Amino acid sequence: MTRLGLAALLSHWRRNPWQFATLIAGLALATALWSGVQAINAEARASYDTAADVVSGSGLQQIRRADGLPLSIADYVALRREGWQVSPVLEGSLARGDSSLRILGVEPLTLPQAAVTGEAAVQSPFADDGIFNKPDVVIVHPEDVAVFEGQSVTLQTDAARPRGTALADIATAARLLQSSDNITRLLVAPDQPLGLASLPPEYSLLQAAPRNDVARLTESYHLNLTAFGLLSFAVGIFIVYGAVGLAFEQRRGVFRTLRALGLPLRNLMGLLAVELGVFALIAGAVGVTLGCLLAAALLPDVAATLRGLYGAEITGQLQLRPVWWLSGLGMALAGTGIAAAAALIKLARLPLLSFNHPRAMSMHAAGVGRWMAAVALGLFVIGAAIAMTGQGLFAGFALLACLLIGAAFCLPLLLSGALHLAQRFHRGTLAEWFWADSRQQLPGLSMALMALLLAMAANIGVSTMVSSFRLTFTGYLDQRLASELYLTTESQAEAEDILAFLKREGVTVLPIIWQELRIGGLPAEIYGIRNHATYRENWPLLASVPDVWDRVAAGEGALINEQLSRRNDLQPGDRLETGDMVLGVYSDYGNSAGQLVISDGLFAQRYPDVSALRFGLRAANPQELAARLDAQFDLEADALINQAELKAFSLAVFERTFSVTAALNILTLSVAGLALLIGLLTLATLRLPQLAPVWALGLTRRHLAALELLRAVCLASVTCALAVPVGLLLAWVLLAVVNVEAFGWRLPMFLFPLDYIKLGALTLLAAFLAALWPALRLARTPPDQLLRVFSNER
Amino acid sequence: MSVRTLIFSLFLYIGWTVAAMAQSFAGLGSDAEGFAMPQRGYTFQFPQDHGAHPEFRIEWWYLTANLQSAEGTEYGLQWTLFRSAMEPTERAGWDSPQLWLGHAAVTTPTAHFVAERRARGGIGQAGVVADPFEAWIDEWTMAGADMQSVRLHARGADFAYEMQLEAQGPLIFHGENGYSQKSASGRASYYYSQPFFDVTGTLMLPDGPVKVTGQAWLDREWASQPLGASQVSWDWFSMAFDGGARLMGFTLRDSAGPDYTAATWIEPDGETTAFPNGAFFAEPLAQSRVAGRDIPSRWRAVLPDKGVDVTVEAMNPQAWMTTSIPYWEGPVRISGSHGGRGYLEMTGY
Repeated sequence: MTRLGLAALLSHWRRNPWQFATLIAGLALATALWSGVQAINAEARASYDTAADVVSGSGLQQIRRADGLPLSIADYVALRREGWQVSPVLEGSLARGDSSLRILGVEPLTLPQAAVTGEAAVQSPFADDGIFNKPDVVIVHPEDVAVFEGQSVTLQTDAARPRGTALADIATAARLLQSSDNITRLLVAPDQPLGLASLPPEYSLLQAAPRNDVARLTESYHLNLTAFGLLSFAVGIFIVYGAVGLAFEQRRGVFRTLRALGLPLRNLMGLLAVELGVFALIAGAVGVTLGCLLAAALLPDVAATLRGLYGAEITGQLQLRPVWWLSGLGMALAGTGIAAAAALIKLARLPLLSFNHPRAMSMHAAGVGRWMAAVALGLFVIGAAIAMTGQGLFAGFALLACLLIGAAFCLPLLLSGALHLAQRFHRGTLAEWFWADSRQQLPGLSMALMALLLAMAANIGVSTMVSSFRLTFTGYLDQRLASELYLTTESQAEAEDILAFLKREGVTVLPIIWQELRIGGLPAEIYGIRNHATYRENWPLLASVPDVWDRVAAGEGALINEQLSRRNDLQPGDRLETGDMVLGVYSDYGNSAGQLVISDGLFAQRYPDVSALRFGLRAANPQELAARLDAQFDLEADALINQAELKAFSLAVFERTFSVTAALNILTLSVAGLALLIGLLTLATLRLPQLAPVWALGLTRRHLAALELLRAVCLASVTCALAVPVGLLLAWVLLAVVNVEAFGWRLPMFLFPLDYIKLGALTLLAAFLAALWPALRLARTPPDQLLRVFSNER
Repeated sequence: MSVRTLIFSLFLYIGWTVAAMAQSFAGLGSDAEGFAMPQRGYTFQFPQDHGAHPEFRIEWWYLTANLQSAEGTEYGLQWTLFRSAMEPTERAGWDSPQLWLGHAAVTTPTAHFVAERRARGGIGQAGVVADPFEAWIDEWTMAGADMQSVRLHARGADFAYEMQLEAQGPLIFHGENGYSQKSASGRASYYYSQPFFDVTGTLMLPDGPVKVTGQAWLDREWASQPLGASQVSWDWFSMAFDGGARLMGFTLRDSAGPDYTAATWIEPDGETTAFPNGAFFAEPLAQSRVAGRDIPSRWRAVLPDKGVDVTVEAMNPQAWMTTSIPYWEGPVRISGSHGGRGYLEMTGY
């Protein structure tokens, strides 16, 4: 009996291959979007972990010279002979043609174990793949090999290494960088000997950068991708819900027959569960494969974005990780379970001899709609409570979830209200019938419309966030890159030569001079700036005292960045622990550390030993000045950076970011459109008994089909109208809650009405296309089929 | 004390193999990389030979001491500096082919403290100069105007020591006037010792400082290829008997053939008798569970020619060196035909 039952159930799919395809496609698409986004995130995070070890100092304290000069071998040896367990790191960039590569030289014998997670070659320098195994071993990502053409080094490629950074023994690095005596920084081992003397005053100990600084910076970006993936998945699950529901309605007869023949309910439910489970696994496998392809296609853009935004190096290649497969399949199974739960519960309650009546369904749905609205209200209250009291990223996420689910749950009641309203304003038989009929269809379509709402709201929310970020970032670039050229000199002497030349040329020079310090027990930087219009014109201040720039120039106090202001609750007028008064707060993105800005005069007085080696140059014709500087001083390749190129590059990176967002937007919307299509198809088979009388009263089939299309567009329009405020609220949460929690800065929110209109049009188009097929089918329904409705009535 | 070779050669073993493959031609012999080889009949030059010999592949300054506090608590102490060369030369800067490794330890009856330091030559972080004598790695030092009077310092995360060493007897030379054979096929090293140091000093331990006195034994050895490929582990004994005589004996265990043993008998006045392969014999009597392995903690050591038949027992069986290459090294008590104290090193367990 069980076998026969299974055969009977499966025969449905054989007879309806398209329906089967939709179910699989919906589930596969949902899984693909989810696992694709997960794959991108996982790949990026794995890269950060690799990159974070030696590059960021791996959470170890570091030592530099207090006077800002580079460390020498003598400094290193002097500290070692004092007992300080430190290990030298030499960093520099190696340029060849257009490409350049960061060389990271380490000293494997003294490198603390904590600094080398994941670097086997450094951990066991004498092993087969060790760094001492052959002369001048350089470990490099396969795509960076070209930079070493013509260099006499032994290249060892390692795809797990971050792109753009090569690892070598410090001797090899010194040779490649032609820097025999310099050390960039000293890593301090976590274990120091008993009774260690304090650090000589000529050195300063920098507290450990939090491990995975890069990962923290990029967390916002990944959070948004994850939210996107989850939403796409949720939207995809609506498709599955639709497909399962449709199959359920169509197989009602089969269920009844099987039950009547004696198949126990338990067995029937079991069979259905097994059937759906197998489908979920098939679709999940397809979905994960698609997800990998999607991730592989998007990863280069994401990589470029992350590199440009945060300097985070991630490999442009995807590595297959078993955990995706498992999580993808798990998500597919869980999603199918959620989507099928309602159908299975309905089946469990199905009386043997029930019949399906749409009006009854609609009556029932009204109750459900009110119930859902009540849940939504509860979620909004919880969300508000979280917004007021919650802290941390998790709270941000929870707030997002409350907001979105609540909004989706409100939709049926709001739609039904809107239809009531429309009905009241329309007189005439046809119009009244149209609105009443729309309301009756609502229960069958509300899931699909909720999917549409979520898709569109997510689109609006994420694109508003990203676009706001772009505008803010452009402003930030203007602030930080106000000078046309940036010059980095190698020594005091070189700096003096070049400055003398620039003075003769009449070029305005803005020294960039800074010192590290600690504020509130955390690392911070203090900058000295020259009193110049560049700063007054370009630095946007979030809060300030009157005449702020004059007072800064007079040495009366300091400007601080937003992070420091938020972290230590400092406002203009407050006093810093350095003794400076806070005169203003400026925004500062892409940096998690606190910052102070004082006048260069005050800076020189306070830190007489620190001299500037970097300078901003204001030039009317930067290209020409750069050429002359280069000719005169034979500068290193990256000693002069052109601001315009830097900005153009950063903006290009942003455009690539948007291409990823746009691709995800279109995919999510397509998924929502598909959900709508399935919903309409489900209804089409049930609706004939309602349409037949209208047809019999004289409405042509074409007219009926047109009304169907109109209805889909109407419902979608109302959904769109609701999606805009939800999306904006979502963007606000992302910008004002999640970002503040994660990084300590708040991105201002900008509105992009034109984008929303475009998106709305796209959504309506999706709804129209989804309704087109059922409408065409209706237009072509043979009259005898409509007539048969009446014959059945007898 | 040539058996100590392996600690360092294991440390560098793979590097050497690859370097050897890259730089030498198969068949020219294992010493074809330009390293100097110990020669029979070599005349030691002091103080120069207290310093480093970069033209040899490996070398060490290896000091162990048996100490006692005023209350009678026994302690063991180790201070070791290894040099290992990838090329038979020294260059200034990061490019130096000389690598240095320091091990320090203090053993109490209930605890064992270990520290390790690594450095490369060429920059001054580690090295040995002969006159005035100084051997150092980081802040660890063994230094004095000459070998008669030496200051010793080392420390780790949980211990430190400051010792003053005074030589009470002459240097002694192992094997044939310092030419110490290590296998039947003739591999050898230069090997001399100062086994007559008196020690006074302070141990800094977690429970506080402890003033101690006792006796120390310094081994100096250098070579380029002292061990055969199949000589993979060893047991090495240094014993100071109650009457003032001393005995150094080792067993080199060979995975492909018979073991190789050697011994040096040292009279209280420094006069030595070297014993060839087979004269010295040692067998484990009991084992202890140490760091997840079974390691002999009680031995019988025999040198019939001198009437020696003693039981050698670890003062603290848990004297396991948790260094890059782990091994066992700790103080021992001696009983039987002779009483006394000493040091035991065991590798390859």
